[in-house]
Amino acid sequence: MSKLTLDDLRKLRDTKRKEINQRDTTTKEIHIVVGMGTCGIAAGAKETLNALVDAVTARNLGNVLVRQTGCMGLCHSEPTVEVAVPGMPKVVYGKVKAEQAATIIEQHVVGKRLVDSHILDRPAIDLLR
Amino acid sequence: MHATVCDYIADLVHNAVEAGATCIQLEAAMDPAQITVTVTDNGCGMDPAQLLRAEDPFYSTPGKHDKRRVGLGLPLLRQATESTGGRLELHSEPGQGTTVLFQLNMQHIDTPPLGDLAGTLATLLALPGEYDLAVRRRSATGDYAITRQELIATLGNLENALNFGLAREFLAALEQELAPQSHTRAA
Repeated sequence: MSKLTLDDLRKLRDTKRKEINQRDTTTKEIHIVVGMGTCGIAAGAKETLNALVDAVTARNLGNVLVRQTGCMGLCHSEPTVEVAVPGMPKVVYGKVKAEQAATIIEQHVVGKRLVDSHILDRPAIDLLR
Repeated sequence: MHATVCDYIADLVHNAVEAGATCIQLEAAMDPAQITVTVTDNGCGMDPAQLLRAEDPFYSTPGKHDKRRVGLGLPLLRQATESTGGRLELHSEPGQGTTVLFQLNMQHIDTPPLGDLAGTLATLLALPGEYDLAVRRRSATGDYAITRQELIATLGNLENALNFGLAREFLAALEQELAPQSHTRAA
């Protein structure tokens, strides 16, 4: 059997939580949905998902939920990512490679500014720069 | 479309979740010569006629996309196994569930690379839905077993990005223990 145990994982989790608890955790949850259908995976959605999680982990953002879903019907623009930040319009981004995934976390989730160049489902034009 | 062995594994587990399974078992045994993967679920199952149609690339069960007429997962897996000297077995009973076993010759030049197994397992363990997934991995150097319920009990919601990151890290470490040799070709 493996030497690593769930207790090791629990300790790692507790360490992370201590770091998060030292910061403000009253912020509302941010929801990110990644299209992980066959079309998305073929276009690199796994790498996109990993890049999103890496960027969230690097910033230790405890209030970000990343949910997988199937094909969103936008196969021409995979990988697709929907981002819902409280107080901002819900946005679907297309052609989100790892690089854009990191930008979405930094600019949209943290900076509260839409990443205009990859928006697929555009909100009202006056919300865009 | 399916660039790695992991894509086939993910496809089978997705099928099980979409079949309404509440209990899914994934076993993957690997040595330098071959990989053997078995996915067993307690989903809706298929009768013999449906089982035959499951391998028809122009057949798909109505689900989220009612007008979709293409289902390539199993046909592509059949093609991959037959073209590389592997095998594919399907067993299913309506109302009981389905078992899919496939074996691929890892030395065959046409066998796709393994891909990121730890990352794939993490995404499968974190799929939305009310199901349990038990993963059992074996190699010449050891084995490990983990279930979705254990991970959730340890970490909490796996859709939380930090929890998912920890689960992925944990699985990568477990996989590292199983693969000190370099016989697997990463994607």
